[in-house]
Amino acid sequence: MAYLAHRTAQALIVLAIAFTATFVLLQALPGDAILIKFESPELGLSPEQIADIRASYGADVPPLQQFLHTVAGFVQGDFGYSVQYGTPVHELIGSALPDTLALAGLGFVTAVLLAVALAFLSTLAPFGWLRQALRSLPGLLVSVPVFWLGIVLIQVFSFQLRLVPVIGADPVQALILPVLTLAIPISAPLAQILARSIDEVQLAPFVAVVRAKGAGPARVLWRDVARNALLPAVTIAGVLVGELIGGAVVTETVFGRAGIGRLTEQAVANQDVPVLQAIVILAALVFVVVNLAVDLVYPVLDPRLKRKAVAA
Amino acid sequence: MSADIRTGLLLAWLVVAIVIAWAIVPWLFTGQDPISGVPAEKLQGPSLAHLFGTDAIGRDLFTRVVHGAVHSLSGAFVAVTVGLVAGTLLGVLAGSLGGVVDAAIMRLVDVLLAIPGLLLALSIIILLGFGTVNAAIAVGVGSIAAFARVSRSEVVRVRQSDYVEAAFGSGARLHSVLARHVLPNSLTAVVGLAALQFGTAILAISTLGFLGYGAPPPMPEWGLLIAEGRNYVATSWWLTVLPGLVVVVVVLSANRISQSLGRSR
Repeated sequence: MAYLAHRTAQALIVLAIAFTATFVLLQALPGDAILIKFESPELGLSPEQIADIRASYGADVPPLQQFLHTVAGFVQGDFGYSVQYGTPVHELIGSALPDTLALAGLGFVTAVLLAVALAFLSTLAPFGWLRQALRSLPGLLVSVPVFWLGIVLIQVFSFQLRLVPVIGADPVQALILPVLTLAIPISAPLAQILARSIDEVQLAPFVAVVRAKGAGPARVLWRDVARNALLPAVTIAGVLVGELIGGAVVTETVFGRAGIGRLTEQAVANQDVPVLQAIVILAALVFVVVNLAVDLVYPVLDPRLKRKAVAA
Repeated sequence: MSADIRTGLLLAWLVVAIVIAWAIVPWLFTGQDPISGVPAEKLQGPSLAHLFGTDAIGRDLFTRVVHGAVHSLSGAFVAVTVGLVAGTLLGVLAGSLGGVVDAAIMRLVDVLLAIPGLLLALSIIILLGFGTVNAAIAVGVGSIAAFARVSRSEVVRVRQSDYVEAAFGSGARLHSVLARHVLPNSLTAVVGLAALQFGTAILAISTLGFLGYGAPPPMPEWGLLIAEGRNYVATSWWLTVLPGLVVVVVVLSANRISQSLGRSR
C-alpha cells in the first residue's frame, strides 16, 4: 500500500513538472501565437480589438495567474481554445480521438501478434540460416523510417498488387495499411526482447527438469517457456504506447487520415500552442498511467517478485 | 560465422565512410546539379545516366541524395552532440552530487522520458521554428534523457570503486576526482550510446524533414526528398523507394557499428 502511494506520488510529480515545463516553454514563445494570428495588417484590427481578443484568450494577465488558470482548466478537462480554429481544444481532441484509438489499438494488437510470431519462429524455424535471418529481421525493421514504410506499402499493395483500393476503400480496407505501418516498427523491439528472453528461459534449470521428465518440445515451449518469456515484454509497454502516439502522427499524415496525429502535425504547422500542449500532456499522462499499471500488475504476473518484496 | 560478422561490420564501416565522403566532397561522386534540373529529362526511371532516375523537374535523384548527405549527417551530428553534452552533464552532476540534486535532475529526466520522442521534438520545433539546425536540436533534446541515465549510472558505479575511495582518502577534492577518475572511466558506455543515437537521429531528422519541419525545399534533405516523391508513387516508384533505401542502409550500418562498440567493452 505504501508502495502504491509512493509510485502514485512519483507519477503525479512527473506530470506536474511536465505540465509546468511545457507551460513555461510554450508561453515563452517569441511574440505569442495570438499576436501572430491577429496582428497581420490584412485583418485591419485596431490595437483595442487585439487587446480584446487577447483578453478573451486569457493572455492579458500576468504569467503566474495564467498558469494557475491553465492548471485549474486542465484538472477539469478544459484545455483552453485552439488559436487556429477558435474551438475548445477538448472538442478538437474529442472528435479526433476515436479514429486514433481504433488505429492505435489495432496497431498495438497487430504489433504484439507480429512480435510473438517473429520471436517464436526465430527459435523454432527448421534451418539455421532461416533462424538467423528471422533473428536479424527486427534489427532491419528498426532502421526503417515509418513514413517511408507507409509509402512503400501503398506502392506495393495499392498500386502494384491492387489488393487495397486507394480511392473508395471501405473503413476496414482503409485501416489495413495504416495499421501495418504503425505495427511493423513497433513489433521489432518487442520481438527482440521476446527472442532474448525465450533464449534465457530455455537455458533455465527448470526447463531442463521438465524436458528430463519427458515433456515434448511443444509442451515445453507453450506451457513452460512462453509463460515465463512473455513477462519481460510487459515492462516496455509504456515505451511502446509512446511510440504508438509518435507513429500515429506520421501514419496519419502519410495516409491522410483524421486523428490525434494529424491534429498534432497541423498544430505544429500553425503554431497552435494550446493544442500541442494538451496533446503533449495527455501523452505524458498515458505514459505515466501505463507505467504505473505495469508496476502494479507485474508482481501479480510474477509471484516471485511478491515473495522477494515480502522477504525484503 | 565470425567471418560473416566481420564482413558485415566491414560493410557497415564502408557504407558510413562513403556517406561521410558524400557529405564532404559530393562533387567527386556526381557531376550534376542537385538544385536545377533538365526539364526535358523529367521522371525518367533509373538508368546508367541517372542511377536513381530523375524527379518531376528533371533533377538527377542520385545527385540529390549525394548532396543531401551533408544535411542528414550534420543534423545527426548536432543532435547527438546536444544530447551527449547536455545529457552527460546532467547525469554526471546527478551521479556525483547525489541527494537533492540527483533527485531533482532524475525527475526532470523522467519527464523527458514520459513524452514520446516525436512529440518532444515537435514541442521544441514549435518553440524554435522550422529549419535544419532547429530540427537537429529538437532531436537532440529527445536523447538527453538516455545520455543522462547512462552517464549517471556509470558515475555511480565508478564512484563506488576502491580506487576512487583511495583518491578521496589521499586528500583529493571532488572536482579533481571527477576529472581524473570518474569521467574517463564513465565515458566508454556514453560513447557506445552516442553511436547508437546517431542512427536514431538520422531516422528522426528524416521524419521531421518529411513532415516539412526540417530543411526547406529545394534543399535535398533525405526526408524531404521522399516527401516530394510521394505525389508520384503511382508512376515513379524510384522517387520514394531509392532515397528511403539509402536511409535504411545508413541507419542499419550505424546501428551495426554501435553494436560492435558495445560488445568490445
